[in-house]
Amino acid sequence: MLTAKARTTTYTSLPDANGHFGPYGGRFVAETLMQPLEELRLAYERYKNDADFVAEFDHDLKHYVGRPSPLYLAERWTKQLGGAQIYLKREDLNHTGAHKVNNTVGQALLAKRMGKTRIIAETGAGQHGVATATVAARLGLECVVYMGSEDIKRQALNVFRMKLLGATVVPVESGSKTLKDALNEAMRDWVTNVDNTFYIIGTVAGPHPYPMMVRDFQSIIGREARAQILEQAGRLPDALVACVGGGSNAIGLFYPFLEDAAVAIYGVEAAGEGIDTEHHAATLCKGRPGVLHGNRTYLIEDDDGQIIETHSISAGLDYPGVGPEHAWLKDSGRASYVAITDNEAVQAFHDLTRIEGIMPALESSHALAYATKLAPTMKKDQIIIVNLSGRGDKDMHTVAAREGVRV
Amino acid sequence: MSRAHSGQEAHLQEAAVNRITQCFAALRTQKRKALIPFITAGDPNPELTVPLMHAMVSAGANIIELGVPFSDPMADGPVIQRASERALKHHVSLRHVLDRVREFRTRNNATPVVLMGYLNPVEMLGYEAFARAAAASGVDGVLTVDMPPEEAVDLVTALQAHAIAPIFLLAPTSTPERIAKVSALAQGYLYYVSLKGVTGAATLDVEAVGRKLDEIRALTKLPLGVGFGIKDAATAARVAQLADAVIVGSALVQKIEQLEHEPDKIMPEIAALLAGMRRAMDEPSGRPK
Repeated sequence: MLTAKARTTTYTSLPDANGHFGPYGGRFVAETLMQPLEELRLAYERYKNDADFVAEFDHDLKHYVGRPSPLYLAERWTKQLGGAQIYLKREDLNHTGAHKVNNTVGQALLAKRMGKTRIIAETGAGQHGVATATVAARLGLECVVYMGSEDIKRQALNVFRMKLLGATVVPVESGSKTLKDALNEAMRDWVTNVDNTFYIIGTVAGPHPYPMMVRDFQSIIGREARAQILEQAGRLPDALVACVGGGSNAIGLFYPFLEDAAVAIYGVEAAGEGIDTEHHAATLCKGRPGVLHGNRTYLIEDDDGQIIETHSISAGLDYPGVGPEHAWLKDSGRASYVAITDNEAVQAFHDLTRIEGIMPALESSHALAYATKLAPTMKKDQIIIVNLSGRGDKDMHTVAAREGVRV
Repeated sequence: MSRAHSGQEAHLQEAAVNRITQCFAALRTQKRKALIPFITAGDPNPELTVPLMHAMVSAGANIIELGVPFSDPMADGPVIQRASERALKHHVSLRHVLDRVREFRTRNNATPVVLMGYLNPVEMLGYEAFARAAAASGVDGVLTVDMPPEEAVDLVTALQAHAIAPIFLLAPTSTPERIAKVSALAQGYLYYVSLKGVTGAATLDVEAVGRKLDEIRALTKLPLGVGFGIKDAATAARVAQLADAVIVGSALVQKIEQLEHEPDKIMPEIAALLAGMRRAMDEPSGRPK
């Protein structure tokens, strides 16, 4: 343990006591929510080191989620690309089909400990909504999920799943009718019903302590991957690749590797129709720092500070902000952020499906598409770990519609 | 800090905090309470904003809260959000709002104007540039609803350097420690959010408000305004018995929305609504003993 004086800021020592990652993060909410957020922070600080809580979380991840998820060497795909070896962290094999459930299991256990009887959540692609409705069903808690009406159209299957799980799905008609508006609406619900309600935020954004807490719950991805690659390859990877909307699957993979300076880190944003068009969601690549949804971070905004509607083929990346820790990792140079277009992502979706027999989510397909660019530039004895954050079942309608197929 | 301002600008800045302070001092000697209407600048169109401000003053408003439109008004209910959306259709930005205040000041140099909005447009302009421009336009106070005192030191410093009052919210969830922390940074008045919820939510429990105001008064000497849930003259009168200021927002904005397509009726109807509240607040029975 370093003394306070000797300790310089390391990548894993953030956030500070007020939730800041350098200039980013913090707590930018109306006064009504300040005390509830402080109570949440205190509860989280208490339980994250509580042996019973940790044991219950680990138990649920193992027996309910199905962890550890495999780390799979994609041999045929690696051979075709002709460069670095590509390992896939198979978060798509988790219960409910994506990494989101790691976090909802953790927050729901915390909600139970705090005596809350009602769970609310926002969702974009619907994966976080499904993961929340799932844990709420299991714990017998009331569950309300806010979802942009535009996303409801794009993700009808997930809406049906949430309803089957007993959740109430509330369509949000304001603004761009997508994830950011669902987040606004969930925050309004929370401020009104704060006494009995726990708000499960699905990504590493929002006011402190959410970015830290969600990161901690998702870090299981990177901790497993680190141990698995050491076991399978006998060494650390040369590069990590993950898609970034809000950035929870990415930070989950990256965080346990942040102090390994030799491991290059790439976050992949949605370039939509191209980052030089007006139709993208590449916040870190093209945005500017500002304040939205309770934290300071990069935003896609106009010169008046109004938030601009974003575009991506994948609802889960269609968000004008990004987790504050990613903003900090970008500025500090520890991670690089790149962007992949809709077309490139769909191509990667088809490639992985045909070459490896794995259908990835369109979100994860952005990470895969970047790996197809990166791998050929690297040597054959080098290693890339790609976070396969979710499976593609939910995207069948989107892919079919894009290709003129009626299913 | 450079003090290279023109004489007139320096005069306006000098007047800024004083306009709010003088307003409350004058009302106190008259044993009356402040009536503070809120409208969103540019709603339903930019041309109506300044005439509406003058009409509200004539109807008995003592301070005007002018909403700065924002694309993601997280702490507001649907009524105020739609007002923002109507104003944003006309591209009413923070700069335009400052222009409206400057225009208002050409005919009224006495009524305090407080900007109320979200932090991001201010961040985009820059704290110092914003504070300078706001002071030059004749703004007296600034309330950024998503900026609690913990994050506010830099903006408060910039505002105070230009004699603009930083105004903060207090809520039913505010602990004594938080009330003390907020009071230490705030100037002008404190805005007590009388409900857990967003603007335009249910009607309020006046007795619970009274208990909380007593708790706040023990910790600060600043005037206390109460907002959220004040929909009619009767509620305004009851709140006026407890607080130093009655803040009315959604009830006015809802009226503007109803008359969106008959804009000629907006000024007289808003004036009538406020005049009714003013009368009820000034009734002898409404005065504190």
